[in-house]
Amino acid sequence: MQPNPNQLDLTFAALADPTRRAILARLAEGEASVNELAAPFEMSQPAISKHIKVLENAGLVSRGKDAQRRPVKIEALPLADAVGWLENYRKFWEQSYQRLDTLLDELQRFAPKGDKKN
Amino acid sequence: MQPPLTITLPSDCEIAVTRTFRASADLVFDCWTVPALIKRWLGFADWTFTTCEFDARVGGKWRFVTRSPDGFEMGSGGDVLEITRPDWIKTDELYDQDWTGGKTIVTNRITEEDGITTSLVTILYPTRQARDGARATPMAEGMEAGFKRLEELLADMPAY
Repeated sequence: MQPNPNQLDLTFAALADPTRRAILARLAEGEASVNELAAPFEMSQPAISKHIKVLENAGLVSRGKDAQRRPVKIEALPLADAVGWLENYRKFWEQSYQRLDTLLDELQRFAPKGDKKN
Repeated sequence: MQPPLTITLPSDCEIAVTRTFRASADLVFDCWTVPALIKRWLGFADWTFTTCEFDARVGGKWRFVTRSPDGFEMGSGGDVLEITRPDWIKTDELYDQDWTGGKTIVTNRITEEDGITTSLVTILYPTRQARDGARATPMAEGMEAGFKRLEELLADMPAY
Protein backbone atom coordinates (compact mmCIF):
# COMPACT_ATOMS: atom_id res chain seq x y z
CA MET A 1 0.00 0.00 0.00
CA GLN A 2 1.25 3.45 -0.90
CA PRO A 3 1.22 5.76 2.13
CA ASN A 4 -0.33 9.17 1.65
CA PRO A 5 2.49 11.43 0.39
CA ASN A 6 1.26 14.38 2.47
CA GLN A 7 1.37 12.24 5.59
CA LEU A 8 4.92 11.23 4.68
CA ASP A 9 5.92 14.88 4.22
CA LEU A 10 4.58 15.65 7.70
CA THR A 11 6.28 12.57 9.15
CA PHE A 12 9.67 13.35 7.64
CA ALA A 13 9.44 17.06 8.48
CA ALA A 14 8.63 16.17 12.08
CA LEU A 15 11.55 13.70 12.18
CA ALA A 16 14.00 16.21 10.71
CA ASP A 17 14.68 17.70 14.15
CA PRO A 18 17.00 15.97 16.66
CA THR A 19 15.00 17.13 19.70
CA ARG A 20 11.83 15.66 18.25
CA ARG A 21 13.62 12.38 17.52
CA ALA A 22 14.89 12.29 21.09
CA ILE A 23 11.35 12.89 22.33
CA LEU A 24 10.14 9.97 20.21
CA ALA A 25 12.97 7.77 21.49
CA ARG A 26 11.87 8.57 25.05
CA LEU A 27 8.22 7.89 24.20
CA ALA A 28 9.13 4.53 22.65
CA GLU A 29 9.77 3.44 26.25
CA GLY A 30 6.33 4.52 27.38
CA GLU A 31 4.04 7.54 27.66
CA ALA A 32 5.22 10.65 29.52
CA SER A 33 3.98 14.07 30.60
CA VAL A 34 5.34 17.26 29.01
CA ASN A 35 7.28 17.97 32.23
CA GLU A 36 8.88 14.54 32.14
CA LEU A 37 9.79 15.02 28.49
CA ALA A 38 11.24 18.49 29.11
CA ALA A 39 13.48 17.31 31.99
CA PRO A 40 16.44 15.94 29.97
CA PHE A 41 16.57 18.97 27.63
CA GLU A 42 17.91 22.42 28.32
CA MET A 43 14.72 23.91 27.00
CA SER A 44 11.74 25.68 28.40
CA GLN A 45 8.51 23.78 28.72
CA PRO A 46 6.82 25.98 26.06
CA ALA A 47 9.64 25.11 23.62
CA ILE A 48 9.14 21.40 24.28
CA SER A 49 5.37 21.85 23.97
CA LYS A 50 5.95 23.36 20.54
CA HIS A 51 7.93 20.29 19.43
CA ILE A 52 5.21 18.03 20.77
CA LYS A 53 2.64 20.01 18.80
CA VAL A 54 4.62 19.37 15.58
CA LEU A 55 4.77 15.65 16.37
CA GLU A 56 1.07 15.66 17.17
CA ASN A 57 0.19 17.40 13.89
CA ALA A 58 2.22 14.76 12.04
CA GLY A 59 0.18 12.08 13.82
CA LEU A 60 3.32 10.69 15.44
CA VAL A 61 2.09 11.27 18.98
CA SER A 62 -1.24 11.75 20.69
CA ARG A 63 -2.22 13.35 24.01
CA GLY A 64 -4.10 11.45 26.71
CA LYS A 65 -7.45 12.54 28.10
CA ASP A 66 -6.29 12.94 31.72
CA ALA A 67 -6.92 16.68 32.13
CA GLN A 68 -4.09 17.24 34.60
CA ARG A 69 -1.27 15.33 33.04
CA ARG A 70 -2.29 14.87 29.41
CA PRO A 71 0.37 12.19 28.85
CA VAL A 72 2.03 12.08 25.44
CA LYS A 73 1.95 8.74 23.66
CA ILE A 74 3.71 7.52 20.53
CA GLU A 75 1.58 6.52 17.52
CA ALA A 76 3.11 3.66 15.58
CA LEU A 77 1.33 3.75 12.23
CA PRO A 78 2.90 6.86 10.61
CA LEU A 79 6.35 5.61 11.64
CA ALA A 80 5.62 2.22 10.15
CA ASP A 81 4.62 3.94 6.92
CA ALA A 82 7.85 5.93 6.90
CA VAL A 83 9.91 2.79 7.50
CA GLY A 84 8.06 0.99 4.74
CA TRP A 85 8.76 3.89 2.45
CA LEU A 86 12.49 3.78 3.24
CA GLU A 87 12.56 0.03 2.69
CA ASN A 88 10.93 0.70 -0.63
CA TYR A 89 13.71 3.10 -1.42
CA ARG A 90 16.24 0.28 -0.93
CA LYS A 91 14.26 -2.02 -3.17
CA PHE A 92 14.43 0.72 -5.76
CA TRP A 93 18.04 -0.26 -6.48
CA GLU A 94 17.48 -3.95 -6.97
CA GLN A 95 14.52 -3.42 -9.29
CA SER A 96 16.48 -0.80 -11.23
CA TYR A 97 19.54 -2.96 -11.63
CA GLN A 98 17.58 -6.00 -12.76
CA ARG A 99 16.16 -3.86 -15.53
CA LEU A 100 19.65 -2.56 -16.29
CA ASP A 101 20.84 -6.18 -16.71
CA THR A 102 18.11 -6.70 -19.29
CA LEU A 103 18.94 -3.47 -21.09
CA LEU A 104 22.67 -4.23 -21.17
CA ASP A 105 21.97 -7.71 -22.60
CA GLU A 106 19.82 -6.16 -25.27
CA LEU A 107 22.38 -3.46 -26.15
CA GLN A 108 25.12 -6.08 -26.45
CA ARG A 109 23.01 -8.30 -28.66
CA PHE A 110 22.45 -5.50 -31.15
CA ALA A 111 25.85 -3.82 -30.96
CA PRO A 112 29.06 -5.30 -32.36
CA LYS A 113 31.05 -6.83 -29.53
CA GLY A 114 34.00 -4.75 -30.45
CA ASP A 115 37.00 -6.21 -28.66
CA LYS A 116 39.79 -7.36 -26.73
CA LYS A 117 38.22 -9.23 -23.90
CA ASN A 118 36.99 -12.32 -25.74
CA MET B 1 25.98 -15.94 -11.42
CA GLN B 2 26.16 -12.23 -10.62
CA PRO B 3 26.47 -11.52 -6.90
CA PRO B 4 23.55 -9.52 -5.54
CA LEU B 5 23.94 -5.83 -4.84
CA THR B 6 25.46 -4.84 -1.53
CA ILE B 7 24.50 -1.86 0.58
CA THR B 8 27.07 -0.55 3.06
CA LEU B 9 27.54 2.49 5.30
CA PRO B 10 31.15 3.58 4.58
CA SER B 11 31.03 6.65 6.85
CA ASP B 12 28.62 8.47 9.12
CA CYS B 13 27.02 10.39 6.26
CA GLU B 14 27.19 7.89 3.40
CA ILE B 15 25.33 4.96 1.93
CA ALA B 16 27.04 2.91 -0.79
CA VAL B 17 25.40 0.56 -3.26
CA THR B 18 27.63 -1.84 -5.23
CA ARG B 19 26.60 -4.09 -8.08
CA THR B 20 28.35 -5.89 -10.97
CA PHE B 21 27.18 -6.20 -14.56
CA ARG B 22 28.14 -8.42 -17.48
CA ALA B 23 28.97 -5.55 -19.79
CA SER B 24 31.73 -3.08 -20.56
CA ALA B 25 32.29 0.05 -18.48
CA ASP B 26 31.44 2.14 -21.57
CA LEU B 27 28.05 0.53 -21.89
CA VAL B 28 27.28 0.87 -18.19
CA PHE B 29 28.39 4.53 -18.35
CA ASP B 30 26.03 5.12 -21.31
CA CYS B 31 23.14 3.58 -19.40
CA TRP B 32 23.77 6.07 -16.57
CA THR B 33 24.16 9.18 -18.72
CA VAL B 34 21.95 8.92 -21.84
CA PRO B 35 18.31 9.85 -21.06
CA ALA B 36 16.88 7.43 -23.66
CA LEU B 37 18.69 4.62 -21.82
CA ILE B 38 18.27 5.93 -18.24
CA LYS B 39 14.48 5.94 -18.55
CA ARG B 40 14.48 2.27 -19.53
CA TRP B 41 15.92 0.95 -16.28
CA LEU B 42 16.20 3.46 -13.43
CA GLY B 43 13.41 3.30 -10.90
CA PHE B 44 10.81 0.86 -9.65
CA ALA B 45 9.69 -1.59 -12.32
CA ASP B 46 6.12 -0.26 -12.41
CA TRP B 47 6.96 3.46 -12.26
CA THR B 48 7.37 5.51 -15.43
CA PHE B 49 9.41 8.60 -16.26
CA THR B 50 7.47 11.75 -17.09
CA THR B 51 10.69 13.79 -17.31
CA CYS B 52 14.18 12.42 -17.94
CA GLU B 53 16.92 14.92 -18.67
CA PHE B 54 20.66 14.46 -18.16
CA ASP B 55 23.17 16.86 -19.68
CA ALA B 56 26.34 14.78 -19.33
CA ARG B 57 28.84 17.64 -19.09
CA VAL B 58 30.47 19.33 -16.11
CA GLY B 59 27.99 22.01 -15.10
CA GLY B 60 25.16 20.26 -16.97
CA LYS B 61 21.73 19.97 -15.35
CA TRP B 62 19.76 16.82 -14.78
CA ARG B 63 16.15 16.28 -13.80
CA PHE B 64 14.04 13.14 -13.30
CA VAL B 65 10.33 12.95 -12.55
CA THR B 66 8.84 9.50 -12.13
CA ARG B 67 5.24 8.49 -11.57
CA SER B 68 3.87 5.57 -9.57
CA PRO B 69 1.02 3.40 -10.93
CA ASP B 70 -1.44 5.33 -8.73
CA GLY B 71 -0.23 8.71 -9.97
CA PHE B 72 2.16 9.86 -7.23
CA GLU B 73 4.99 11.83 -8.79
CA MET B 74 8.50 11.98 -7.36
CA GLY B 75 10.89 14.55 -8.79
CA SER B 76 14.56 15.21 -8.22
CA GLY B 77 17.33 17.05 -9.99
CA GLY B 78 20.66 18.78 -9.72
CA ASP B 79 23.96 19.50 -11.43
CA VAL B 80 26.63 17.32 -12.99
CA LEU B 81 29.72 18.21 -10.92
CA GLU B 82 32.32 15.90 -12.48
CA ILE B 83 32.15 13.42 -15.31
CA THR B 84 34.86 11.29 -16.91
CA ARG B 85 33.95 8.64 -19.42
CA PRO B 86 33.69 5.77 -18.67
CA ASP B 87 34.53 5.58 -14.99
CA TRP B 88 33.34 8.55 -12.92
CA ILE B 89 30.12 10.50 -12.48
CA LYS B 90 29.54 12.98 -9.68
CA THR B 91 26.25 14.84 -9.34
CA ASP B 92 24.33 16.64 -6.67
CA GLU B 93 20.70 15.84 -6.06
CA LEU B 94 17.74 17.44 -4.35
CA TYR B 95 14.33 15.77 -4.09
CA ASP B 96 11.30 18.01 -4.59
CA GLN B 97 10.02 16.75 -1.21
CA ASP B 98 13.50 17.28 0.27
CA TRP B 99 13.22 14.29 2.58
CA THR B 100 17.03 14.20 2.80
CA GLY B 101 17.25 17.61 4.52
CA GLY B 102 19.26 19.30 1.79
CA LYS B 103 21.31 18.27 -1.22
CA THR B 104 23.00 14.91 -1.44
CA ILE B 105 26.17 14.28 -3.46
CA VAL B 106 26.03 11.13 -5.57
CA THR B 107 29.17 9.57 -7.03
CA ASN B 108 29.36 6.58 -9.32
CA ARG B 109 32.71 4.80 -9.74
CA ILE B 110 32.51 2.43 -12.73
CA THR B 111 35.34 -0.11 -13.06
CA GLU B 112 35.76 -2.94 -15.55
CA GLU B 113 37.75 -6.10 -14.99
CA ASP B 114 37.69 -9.24 -17.16
CA GLY B 115 34.52 -8.11 -18.89
CA ILE B 116 32.67 -7.56 -15.61
CA THR B 117 31.87 -3.99 -14.66
CA THR B 118 31.29 -2.83 -11.10
CA SER B 119 29.21 0.24 -10.36
CA LEU B 120 29.82 1.72 -6.91
CA VAL B 121 27.22 4.37 -6.16
CA THR B 122 27.88 6.42 -3.02
CA ILE B 123 25.30 8.84 -1.67
CA LEU B 124 26.69 11.48 0.69
CA TYR B 125 24.10 13.17 2.88
CA PRO B 126 24.58 16.69 4.25
CA THR B 127 24.67 15.39 7.82
CA ARG B 128 24.66 12.12 9.63
CA GLN B 129 21.23 13.04 10.94
CA ALA B 130 20.00 13.38 7.38
CA ARG B 131 21.39 9.99 6.44
CA ASP B 132 19.93 7.98 9.20
CA GLY B 133 17.02 10.31 9.63
CA ALA B 134 15.84 8.55 12.66
CA ARG B 135 18.61 6.84 14.55
CA ALA B 136 17.23 8.05 17.87
CA THR B 137 13.72 6.81 17.16
CA PRO B 138 12.05 3.43 16.80
CA MET B 139 12.58 3.92 13.06
CA ALA B 140 16.23 2.99 13.52
CA GLU B 141 15.21 -0.50 14.50
CA GLY B 142 12.78 -0.62 11.64
CA MET B 143 15.47 0.48 9.22
CA GLU B 144 17.85 -2.19 10.43
CA ALA B 145 15.14 -4.80 10.13
CA GLY B 146 14.47 -3.45 6.66
CA PHE B 147 18.11 -3.79 5.66
CA LYS B 148 18.18 -7.31 7.05
CA ARG B 149 15.06 -8.36 5.19
CA LEU B 150 16.50 -6.84 2.06
CA GLU B 151 19.73 -8.78 2.52
CA GLU B 152 17.78 -12.02 2.91
CA LEU B 153 15.66 -11.19 -0.08
CA LEU B 154 18.73 -10.43 -2.19
CA ALA B 155 20.54 -13.55 -1.03
CA ASP B 156 17.69 -15.67 -2.40
CA MET B 157 17.37 -13.76 -5.61
CA PRO B 158 19.12 -14.93 -8.77
CA ALA B 159 20.93 -12.09 -10.48
CA TYR B 160 19.24 -12.82 -13.79
